[in-house]
Formats: sequence, C-alpha cells, structure tokens
Amino acid sequence: MIEISHVDKWYGAFQALKDCTTSVAKGEVVVVCGPSGSGKSTLIKCVNALEPFQNGQIVVDGIKLNDPKTDLPKLRARVGMVFQHFELFPHLKIIENLCLAQEKVLGRSHAEAVAKGSKLLDRVGLKDHARKYPAELSGGQQQRVAIARALAMDPIAMLFDEPTSALDPEMISEVLDVMVDLAREGMTMMVVTHEMGFASKVAHRVIFMDQGEIVEDALKTDFFGSPRSDRAQKFLSKILSH
Amino acid sequence: MFASFDFDVIRRSFGYLFLDGMTFTLTLTGLAALGGLIFGTLIALMRLSGFKLLGRIAGLYVDLMRSLPLVLVIFWFYFLVPYIGQWVTGSSRPIQVGAFTSSLVTFIMFEAAYFSEIMRAGIQSISKGQPAAAQALGLTYRQTMRYVVLPQAFRNMLPVLLTQTIVLFQDTSLVYVLSIPDFLGAASKVAQRDGRLVEMYLFAAAVYFIISCLASFGVRRLQARIAFVH
Amino acid sequence: MNYHWNWRIFWEPAPNGTGNYLDMLLSGLVLTIETAICAWIIALAFGAVVGVMRTLPSKTASSVGFAYVEFFRNMPLLVQLFIWFFVLPELLPHGSGLWLKQIPNAPFYTAAIGIGLFMSARVAEQTRAGINSLPRGQKLAATALGLTTAQAYRYVLLPMAFRIIMPPLTSEFLSTIKNTSVAITIGLIELTGEARAMQEFSFQVFEAFTGATVLYLLINVVVVIAMRFLERALAVPGYIGGK
Repeated sequence: MIEISHVDKWYGAFQALKDCTTSVAKGEVVVVCGPSGSGKSTLIKCVNALEPFQNGQIVVDGIKLNDPKTDLPKLRARVGMVFQHFELFPHLKIIENLCLAQEKVLGRSHAEAVAKGSKLLDRVGLKDHARKYPAELSGGQQQRVAIARALAMDPIAMLFDEPTSALDPEMISEVLDVMVDLAREGMTMMVVTHEMGFASKVAHRVIFMDQGEIVEDALKTDFFGSPRSDRAQKFLSKILSH
Repeated sequence: MFASFDFDVIRRSFGYLFLDGMTFTLTLTGLAALGGLIFGTLIALMRLSGFKLLGRIAGLYVDLMRSLPLVLVIFWFYFLVPYIGQWVTGSSRPIQVGAFTSSLVTFIMFEAAYFSEIMRAGIQSISKGQPAAAQALGLTYRQTMRYVVLPQAFRNMLPVLLTQTIVLFQDTSLVYVLSIPDFLGAASKVAQRDGRLVEMYLFAAAVYFIISCLASFGVRRLQARIAFVH
Repeated sequence: MNYHWNWRIFWEPAPNGTGNYLDMLLSGLVLTIETAICAWIIALAFGAVVGVMRTLPSKTASSVGFAYVEFFRNMPLLVQLFIWFFVLPELLPHGSGLWLKQIPNAPFYTAAIGIGLFMSARVAEQTRAGINSLPRGQKLAATALGLTTAQAYRYVLLPMAFRIIMPPLTSEFLSTIKNTSVAITIGLIELTGEARAMQEFSFQVFEAFTGATVLYLLINVVVVIAMRFLERALAVPGYIGGK
C-alpha cells in the first residue's frame, strides 16, 4: 500500500531524513516512534506529500508521489491524516467540517455528505455535537471529530501524527479507543505515537527512528521482546518506566 | 512615448524645487515630528495618569483628531491660528501668521494624536515590574517616567515612530490645499507655469517614492537590529 | 475674540440655489460616502488578492505582491491622484486620452479608483498578517483533505483571516472615508469641499467647519457601531475573541 524507499530530506543544511526505507502493507498497522526531532513526523508528512523530499521515492497505492503527472490533491484525498493539534476549521460547525472536503473534493451532494458525516459522528460518539463549533468541544472530542473528518473521505489508509500528544491525560483513551476499533476493522494505518500501550495492543510492526534514520523496523513482538539497537532499548526503558 | 516631453524643465527648476520646496517639506516634517512626539508623549502621560478628567480630555482630543480628515484639520487651523495668536498675545485683532507657522502648528497638533497612541502602547508594553523597581529605589513618579519608563518605551517604539514619520512626510504634501510651495506645491507651480504637468508630476512622484522607499528600508534594517538585540 | 458667530447660517439659502447651507453640507456627506464605498470595494478586492499573493509559496507571486504594496505605499495619495487625473490621459494614445478627459464625473471615478488602489496596499498588508497569524497546520489539514491551494484559501484560510483582521479593517475603512477629502484637489466637492465652499460664500468659517466636523464624527460613530455588529454576527462561538 505504502512503499517508502531511500528517502532523503533536507531543511537547508540540516538533514531531517536519512535514507529511509520501509513499507506498510494493506491492512497493516505500523507504529512509528522515537525521540522528538527524530524525523518521524516529517516522514509521515512526506507520505501525504505535505512535505517535499529531495531523494528517493514514495509510492502510495501504486502512484508515485514525486511524479509531476501525479494529481496530488486527488491522492491526498484518498489518504486520511490526523494531526497533533486536530486542525479542525474553527469557523465551520462540526458537521460542516466533515462535509467541506466531501463536497469540494469528492463532489458529493450536500445531502450525501451530511448523511455520511452524521454516520461517522455517531460512530465516534459525537452525534449530539454536530451543530456545535470546534472551540466548544474538548480536545479529545475535537480529535475524534478530526478522525471522523478523515474517515468521511473513505480513505484507503490513515496517517496519524502524534494524535494524543496535545491531549490532557484523561482524554487520551477516548481517542485511542477509536483508533483501536479502526485497526481491528482492518484499516491500513501508520501512526506516529509514544503510546506503547496502543502499539502493543494493535500494531503489527514498530519502526524506531532516531536522528532522521530508521534504526529499527521490527515485528511488534520482536521490538518489545528484544530490541536490537542500544538506542531503541534506551528509548523503551525511558518511555516504559513511567 | 516620451518624445514630445520636455524633461529639461526639471533641470531648469531644480533649485526652486529642492532649495525652496524640498527644504520646506523636510523642515516641516522634522519639526512636526519632534513637536508631535513631545505633545504626543504628554497626551499619552495624561491618559495614563491617575487623573480621570485629564485622561478623559486627552482621550477626547485624540479621538477627535483621528476622526477628522487631515485636509479639514489643515483648513481649521489655517483659520484658527490667527485667532489663537490674538488670544495668546492679547492683541486687538487676529494675528497674521505665515504659511509655515500655520502648517507647523497644524501638523504638530494632528500628529500628536497619532504619536500619543504609539507612545501609549509603548509605555503599556513595559512590564509593571520596571516602575515598581524604580520606585522601590526611591525615584519619584516624574523621575521614574523620565529615566526608566519613557526611554524604554521610546526605544521599543522607535521603528513605529519612524514609520509614522514617513507617513507624515507624505502627508505634508497636503499643504497644497493652501497653495503653499512645499515640494509638491513647487512642482505644481512650475508644472502650471510651463505647461509641463506630466513631467513635473511624474518627477515629484519619483522623488517621493525614492525617499520613502529608502527611509522605510532603513526602518526595516533598524527593526531587524532591534529584534536581534532583544 | 471679534468673530461674529451666526449658527442660523445653516438654514439660510445657499447661493448655488439647491437649498440652504445645511443641504449643501449634506450633499457633500453623501458624495463622501459614495466615493468611500466605491474605493473600499476596490481596496478590498485588490488588497485581498495581493495579500494572498504575499503568502503563497511561489517566490514570483510574493515578490509581485511586495512590489505592488511598496509602489502604492511610498507615494503620497495626493501625488497618486494627480498622476491618475493629469498624467494618465496624456500618456495614453491620443484618442483614448481625449475620451478619458471628457468623461463626466471624472473626479469621482479618479478618486474612487485612486483612493481604492492606495488603500488596497494597506488592506493587502492586513490580509497577509491575518493569514500568517493562523496556525500552519490549518493549511496542512486543508491540503491533506485534498483541497487545492485555491480551495484551501477560499474555504479555510480566508474566512478565519478576515474575522481576525476585522478591527484593523474597520480603521482602514475609516481612513478610506477620511482620505476622500484629498480628492478636493482634483475637484471633487465632497464634505470638506462643501464646507470650504460654504465658508467662501458665507464668510462663516468656523460654523462651516464645525458642521463638517460634526458630520465626520457622526460617520465614525455609525461605522464603528456597524462594524461591531458585523464582528459579533460573524464571531465564531467558543473561539478566542469570539463569544
């Protein structure tokens, strides 16, 4: 589904990604972790072509990202993305947030978009909030709306960029529950997160990044059982100790 | 396109344009900025002082000036200044004042309103701890303002004050409505005398443009340096 | 002070034969408002486009926007009006130049366009500041949903940016109204112009200017109140600054 091969990215003189190669198969859930500044957010943004990269190739569902003939908006519409700070559109009601791209990008009718949106809001447990504005919801609720907004586009895969890092602790589980359900339904997911509980519950593979490199790319059981690199071991012991 | 134009008219009137016109414009800009800053600071201090009535009067003055077009204010003061002069000197009839004095009074009074808003923002931007620290050292209110608050406010607001002065420089061209020969007035007189409107107005536009561009470029560099120091 | 006050002058017939002096000032007020509204439409339209250009990733677009703003910001409005009014017709080919000189109401059109373009540079700067004040993630989120750049601006960035810059835009609109008085130099007899005419006919200088001053204050109050209503109507519930 997602093929990342030998991707390099620089911000000026600083190399943010170094020769990154990995892949996500259909129906697979891959968790990407690593210390801050390790390039994991950059990598996931590259998959959606939100960040340009200099070398290498990313292929999503058979479509090459850096081919000038690729219709990027169309491709992005098929890959759902959830951000750390939710990024709901503050001037639109919750239901309008879910409808905007359905209508403007997919060309669905308003009625169709509203029906789809309501169904997904119901699914994330927020049906009663459809007529509210984002700022009237809690962080956890906003993030669930953001997931519903991405799902409304019928994505072939979902990317999560630290979806729970900006949340108060008591709200994290309501968002993770939605994500766990999604994973169990067989959604292809690439998730940047520090939530190792989530990883051990539903991930198939774990990727560990440090300083722009993919240091470890292993099956979940191998990663938690016996990480090969020192850096991953240190990281794990730090993150699991609290 | 410019074949039929006579750009020699600029060379012929160069002395009049710059020695008379531009000198008037720059002197007016400089003195009005200075006077406006002094009066503006006083107005800002009045508004921030504890005296309710004083603050209310200063606020009304600022609101009034900022609600009126400069052209109307220029007319107001042109007719008002002779009467003010009469009142001040106790003379029996309105005092005749020159074009320069009249415009200078106008621009000082008008700009004071705008400068006072900048200085007020500058004073308010300084943390409350600064005057508290100064007063803890035994400085009086006057000394606190004079030596601690105002110097910092002035320095923080310098780029904004200078940008406002560039606006003032352009606004002085409005004394044209009183037929006063500032730079634009001089250019316009030559234009009408020699029937060279196109050449003179394009030239005037270019001169204003170059001076304003260079000045705002300077302000931007200053701003970058101030940002760097902080 | 040996000035002879005569406040009843406003109800005395004006020599131009269209009623009394108060009618004269009021007709100036109407012209001021008409000119300002036309100029404001131009300023908003051009300012929004140029402001957006300055925030685009394309180097060309942002430098064109920069040049535009600097061009209109660094010349006095009066000089710009002279260029449009006196210089432009001479620079055009003979036929169209002649046509331009003979348009009826030329001062009105010149003022609306000249002041509109002058103000558009300032509207552009406000628009740019508004867009840049939005979190970067908003553009990313819109893009990630598959919206094109144009759609992202139209549906996501501009609606929020304009709400944020409402207060500075109010004062730019007030500036536009005040700036219409500069057009008396090209023969537009708006409010300040009518006050000046009243002073010349009646010799009651201070009454004439007081009348104009009161009317300008009135416009300011009305605009400020109207904009406050608009701000409240467009406020986003729960959003900071909204409520």
